[in-house]
Amino acid sequence: MNIMQPGPFKAANYKSDVTPVWCPGCGDFHVLLSLTKALAELGAAPENVALVSGIGCSSRIPAYTNCYGFHGVHGRSLALGAGLKVARPDLTVLVMSGDGDGFSIGGNHFLHACRRNIDMTYVVMDNRVYGMTKGQPSPTTEPDWDSALSPGGTGLSPFHPLVIALASGANFVAREFSGDIKGTTRTIVEAVRHPGFSFVEILSPCVTFRPDERAWKTQTHVASVEATDDPARAARRIMTDDGFNTGVLYRGRRKPYEHHVTDRIVDPAILEQEFAI
Amino acid sequence: MLKQTEGSQAVAEAIALCRPEVVCAYPITPQTHIVEGVGALVKAGKIENCEFINVESEFAALSVAIGASAAGARAYTATASQGLLFMGEAVYNAAGLGLPIVMTIGNRAIGAPINIWNDHTDSMSMKDSGWIQLFAETNQEAVDLHIQAFRLAEELSCPVMVCMDGFILTHAYERIDVPSQEEVDAFLPPYDPIQVLDPVEPYSIGAMVGPEAFTEVRYLAHEKQLQALRRIPEIGAVFKDVFGRQSGGLIHSYRTEGAETIAVALGSVNGTIKEVIDGMRDDGAAVGSVSICSFRPFPLDELRAALVGAKHVVVIEKSLAPGLGGIVASNIRMALRETAVPVYTVIAGLGGRPITMNSLREVLEAAGNMRLPDVQFLDLDHGAVEREILRAKQTRRAGPTAENILRNLGHAAVAGND
Ligand SMILES: Cc1ncc(C[n+]2csc(CCOP(=O)(O)OP(=O)(O)O)c2C)c(N)n1
Ligand code: SF4
Repeated sequence: MNIMQPGPFKAANYKSDVTPVWCPGCGDFHVLLSLTKALAELGAAPENVALVSGIGCSSRIPAYTNCYGFHGVHGRSLALGAGLKVARPDLTVLVMSGDGDGFSIGGNHFLHACRRNIDMTYVVMDNRVYGMTKGQPSPTTEPDWDSALSPGGTGLSPFHPLVIALASGANFVAREFSGDIKGTTRTIVEAVRHPGFSFVEILSPCVTFRPDERAWKTQTHVASVEATDDPARAARRIMTDDGFNTGVLYRGRRKPYEHHVTDRIVDPAILEQEFAI
Repeated sequence: MLKQTEGSQAVAEAIALCRPEVVCAYPITPQTHIVEGVGALVKAGKIENCEFINVESEFAALSVAIGASAAGARAYTATASQGLLFMGEAVYNAAGLGLPIVMTIGNRAIGAPINIWNDHTDSMSMKDSGWIQLFAETNQEAVDLHIQAFRLAEELSCPVMVCMDGFILTHAYERIDVPSQEEVDAFLPPYDPIQVLDPVEPYSIGAMVGPEAFTEVRYLAHEKQLQALRRIPEIGAVFKDVFGRQSGGLIHSYRTEGAETIAVALGSVNGTIKEVIDGMRDDGAAVGSVSICSFRPFPLDELRAALVGAKHVVVIEKSLAPGLGGIVASNIRMALRETAVPVYTVIAGLGGRPITMNSLREVLEAAGNMRLPDVQFLDLDHGAVEREILRAKQTRRAGPTAENILRNLGHAAVAGND
């Protein structure tokens, strides 16, 4: 970790003077607020933070901050972030993405980023829709959500990001609701501090194309149980919850990716232990 | 039926009339309205026996279409810009396998820098993939070319891209004649694949081919395009018989009789060019234009015949080959080889920059006066470019070019789009 001791930074120090073009009421405003508060709490100087994103309304976020920003092509943010972090391990790297960017077109990278366990934080602003292209279903969209690109609904079982992160080896797994600024801030801080690959899914409503998501405000609730370091237990919990539990689900103990070590010989027994779900 | 409608919607209706069996798509501006239109028609029960799949990426979209086409289904997809690039491997694959998929391209620039507006860089990136590439000049032609595309693709067993300018065509509302089902059925027979997955005769598709036969297989891809050169005008003629209008074909010439300067272009900009030509003709200038509808196969002979009498050929193109100049112009030079006709490249309309009649007129006049360089950038802000070059010379860590230019021109950098 390269985080400085809490410095003289305030959330406002991380905001750029670019005015967000998000729709009024978009959950991403809250994510931006929580992110800047978290960075202030971490005390990371803006020039020591890199925010990497892909394409989508959510992926606009780096431009609204004073940190280093990299706005890549659609779906590649995690791979870009990995490159950035291995080249500059001293920087704090957060990859900021949406459910379309991260789980559809970039879904493949998600699995491998979890496996690789590079020390960075992956924040997905999940609104269960492609907001930027004006309302198509994403992998997290409910099967009966009707739209022109999914006549009558997709009929498909939604993708479960937390379970997949867990099964693929992410070292820290959490879910938050954008409207819970305190919770989201706390979790981002913890995710950044936790060694290895941290994954935070933030339920962030798209008020324009999913007005029904305004109800998340009352539907989401802080999980009544503590985080676990047992992946099997975490998986059981997350498979059986209502999808609206928030908080840290899992804190793993996997060794993060080691920089400058190309030939890592992994003992299969350790791997088995790590993946004993 | 004549109706006032959006280009994308009219194309969606044309696709429905062609009775596709599998449609797969991933949204990207400015293609989205087309595939959403097709989706809505599927939902309304307007396309019988059609499976509509909303996939996780463009790479998946074309791959699904490849699978469907290999199984003997009429398959359709559409994309634009980054989406076409992301499909790249499958684009070559579909052509190599000779699968008659039809794909619409809502032409848009390619990043970086991110830009959602129109130019032809996307289609040009796939010009040598083995797909037939037809460029629509108007929305009416876009509708008509899709109907012709299925017939052409399936006759030759070769995939076809129908390219239409993003926003300028896809989002424009105009009067368009959308044909009836009876007319389309009379023109487009049911798909009779040359290769199907038949349980009676199982075989595999996608063989590994070594040096002993690779050239021959590739030659046949070339030969197929040469066949298309013959079939495109013939199909256009049959289309005229059934629908009563001229659409498609290899090239369209406009007022080229006795023209000393001829402008050449692809797509919707030909509308503006024609107006400029009319104005200049009114003022006594000997000018004309040629619109290329079939860019692949490239109609060398027809272009040579259309251009060889000119003194100057000015190619207005919406894409740039950095380090070379113009792609279309290079192809035109091939058509005019061993003649003395100079061919000028004018790079115009990149990333949606308006191509104005005044600027077009200026370059056509400059060509007539022998004052046009080989490669010219229409309305380039030379000051901004020179300041940036100087800055980059003076500072090693010059930073990102796009952001610098925006700042230089007094615009705030905007967070990306679509
Ligand atoms: C290769 C490619 N395909 C498609 C697009 C169009 N596109 C831009 S953003 C987007 C989806 C964004 O969804 P999500 O990541 O959930 O972000 P949101 O806008 O909902 O925040 C799509 C399909 C693109 N830019 N590039
Ligand atoms: S479209 Fe949806 S996700 Fe995009 S800015 Fe508007 S509310 Fe937010």
